[in-house]
Amino acid sequence: MPFVRVTRRYRFSAAHRLDTPLLAPERNREVYGKCNNPYGHGHDYTVELSLAGEVEPGAGRLVPLAVLDRFAEEVLLKPFDRRNLNLEVPEFAALVPTTENLAEVLARRVAAAWPRWFGAGAARFEKVRIWETRRNIFEVCADDIEGGASRSGKRISNEVIQSRG
Amino acid sequence: MLLTRKIEFSASHACRNPQLSEAENQALYGADANPHGHGHNYVLEVTLEGDADPVTGMVVDLKEVKGILEREVVEPMDHRHLNREVSPFDTVVPTTENLAVEIWRRLAPRFAEGPASLRSIRLYETEDLFVEYEGR
Repeated sequence: MPFVRVTRRYRFSAAHRLDTPLLAPERNREVYGKCNNPYGHGHDYTVELSLAGEVEPGAGRLVPLAVLDRFAEEVLLKPFDRRNLNLEVPEFAALVPTTENLAEVLARRVAAAWPRWFGAGAARFEKVRIWETRRNIFEVCADDIEGGASRSGKRISNEVIQSRG
Repeated sequence: MLLTRKIEFSASHACRNPQLSEAENQALYGADANPHGHGHNYVLEVTLEGDADPVTGMVVDLKEVKGILEREVVEPMDHRHLNREVSPFDTVVPTTENLAVEIWRRLAPRFAEGPASLRSIRLYETEDLFVEYEGR
């Protein structure tokens, strides 16, 4: 049976503020620039959810799109759309809501919920890709988040904080 | 070296499997199961792989690639009803997945010999739904 990758695009809007208690206030302002504004700001995020697997040609559908859309609504959209990420998404109580970290949170939530929704089928969760703006795009693969801290998670704590701003 | 050429075509289709009940068709295909059909502006990205010629600096003549894509995809499918006019969709449900596999099947022999081989295709049914296939 043909092995295909299906990608569906979704959108949500949310507010965030980039500020970490690990850095002094003036260093936060340097690192995060405008994103450190104490009142916060927001983005229209676009999220691509990719799944892959062998498609049975008679049906021709890796998963019913209506089910995928309900899954996305529950897991990717409802918890984030029109929310303040810092205040309303538990993962960001102690984690700075950069889009790197947001991509990882989304990937972890999708991976955790996937077996219950699609465990019986052929489709495997492959990756999420998120646009913070048209110019900033982040991608986390399901393989990156298996077994604790992901490669990107380590990268965030080391390199990105140094380079942003 | 990878290079990608993009083409567009518009076609209508209906996604229904006659072996399934009306309820099963609705559950699997949703609004796409409407028997009267509907259409999309498909966008196809074809990615080829090869080495740049040391003299011309090109992997492949893009005019030739364009000609192949026109002959194999655009001419038979553009402004057509896939179920009624394009084989094998009289018996195969023309989902994005099956259409991507069929386009690969048509293109692969055209790139079997020559400077560039077919690496992957990406077929957008809409801006918000696309399928990638690598011939596996």
